[in-house]
Amino acid sequence: MKLITAIIKPFRLDGVKEALKAVGVEGLTVTEVQGFGRQGGHTETYRGAEYKIDFVPKVKIEAVVSDAVVDQVVDAIVTAARTDKIGDGKVWVTPAELLVRIRTGERNDDAV
Amino acid sequence: MDSGDNAWLLTSAALVLFMTPGLAFFYGGMVRSKNTLNMLMMNFWCLLVVPLLWAIVGYSLAFSGDGDFIGNFDKSFMRNFDMQGNELMFMIFLATFAAITPALISGAVADRMKFSAWAIFVPLWSILVYCPVTFWVYPGWLAERGSVDFAGGTSIHVNAGIGALAVILVLGKRKGWPEKLSPPHSMPLVMLGTGILWLGWFGFNAGSAGAANGRAIQAFVNTALAAAAAGLSWAVTEKFRDGHFTNLGVASGIVAGLVAITPGCGFVTGGSSILIGLIAGVVCALAVGLKSKLGYDDALDVIGVHLVGGLLGSILIGFFADPEAFSKIDEGYEFLGGLFYGGGTELLVEQILANVVTLIFSFAVTFAIAKVLDLTIGLRVSEEVESEGLDIREHAETAYSSLDRSTI
Repeated sequence: MKLITAIIKPFRLDGVKEALKAVGVEGLTVTEVQGFGRQGGHTETYRGAEYKIDFVPKVKIEAVVSDAVVDQVVDAIVTAARTDKIGDGKVWVTPAELLVRIRTGERNDDAV
Repeated sequence: MDSGDNAWLLTSAALVLFMTPGLAFFYGGMVRSKNTLNMLMMNFWCLLVVPLLWAIVGYSLAFSGDGDFIGNFDKSFMRNFDMQGNELMFMIFLATFAAITPALISGAVADRMKFSAWAIFVPLWSILVYCPVTFWVYPGWLAERGSVDFAGGTSIHVNAGIGALAVILVLGKRKGWPEKLSPPHSMPLVMLGTGILWLGWFGFNAGSAGAANGRAIQAFVNTALAAAAAGLSWAVTEKFRDGHFTNLGVASGIVAGLVAITPGCGFVTGGSSILIGLIAGVVCALAVGLKSKLGYDDALDVIGVHLVGGLLGSILIGFFADPEAFSKIDEGYEFLGGLFYGGGTELLVEQILANVVTLIFSFAVTFAIAKVLDLTIGLRVSEEVESEGLDIREHAETAYSSLDRSTI
């Protein structure tokens, strides 16, 4: 199994979710996060004084999937999250050693 | 008083009472999230302490007797009231004005004042500053000389604004100010507070007519127009200067317009309220920039909005007061005319005098109160409490929690 982690633009979340459902992913975790990459931040004003917001709001999605579908899932995320503009985010894959479904105790691929 | 007058004044009293929670949210949204509850509590504290004090002794000191400096105790504990003339209603109506006045100061001392010091400051200031100034401006010598203040420009906004300056000079700047900006943590709360203030201000200004009469209608119209004009002119000033229409600019402009029309709303007519609003929006938008140039940390711009707006509105009465129009609206309602309405400079001079007297007295006594509190119980929280936040350390509460505690 692999843990797929992706940082995407918040407004692409619905599209990515639908794309993942379409390739058979049965569950994922979503977190609102902040950070910066090449996109950098933006400026806001307070009583005429500009100040920089370095951390941009993003959404982090995580899903554990079977090895066999990793490429398919990554492709689905990349296609659905891409806007071709700076700040589209990243996807990375890490090995997951053990997966347990808490309710049944099923392990690994049975628990995906 | 007929039943219509009674109904309007009772309604107005409730509207003005609601302004203090409105102010709490106006300021509460502007502070950092770790100090939200402290700000709300500073305002609500005024609603607890001041009306009680007012019924017990404050009303009597501000409105009873014919002394020179301050009223007497004849009407303390609500004794000797003229029940035929509904004095009880005027007492409670005016209690809500007395409550919001020290609450205005909370915006200047935000983020760093010890709550126990605030708890004692509020009643002391009400008795030692608000009651005498109100006595001079309404039944007392400043009014007898000819100055006017319809709903509390001098006695409330100038008085609290200069008091705010005196307290922060003793209190000192926030850690990191002015290099570190503290933008509002919740602009939606600020806008909600602004709306509540605007609503309540109709009771404040039109209720100050003391009856449901023509004066009340003119004051109501003036209040609506001045607030809109000032919100607009502040927003446009920021758009040209900084490039954006900001919510904070609109909110501050509306309040600046309401402050500026407060003293004159029952003395000016026609387009004067629009002009007063337009001027107030621009002048106050520029005035809030003074603090970083002059080096006083007025956290939420009480001085730029209330002191400057109050002074401006009070002095502009000297130009715009229109007794002739009002004599047609309400028979027997008399006051000096403004410079633009054939009244000469007499009223203008009296307006300036009343405000200068208030500025000097309020600054001196407020400074003394703050100094005494600082030397005894201490005015300011420790540096550690200031960084950690006043909500947790002063009140043992948190405004926002990411986890619902009931599930833990």
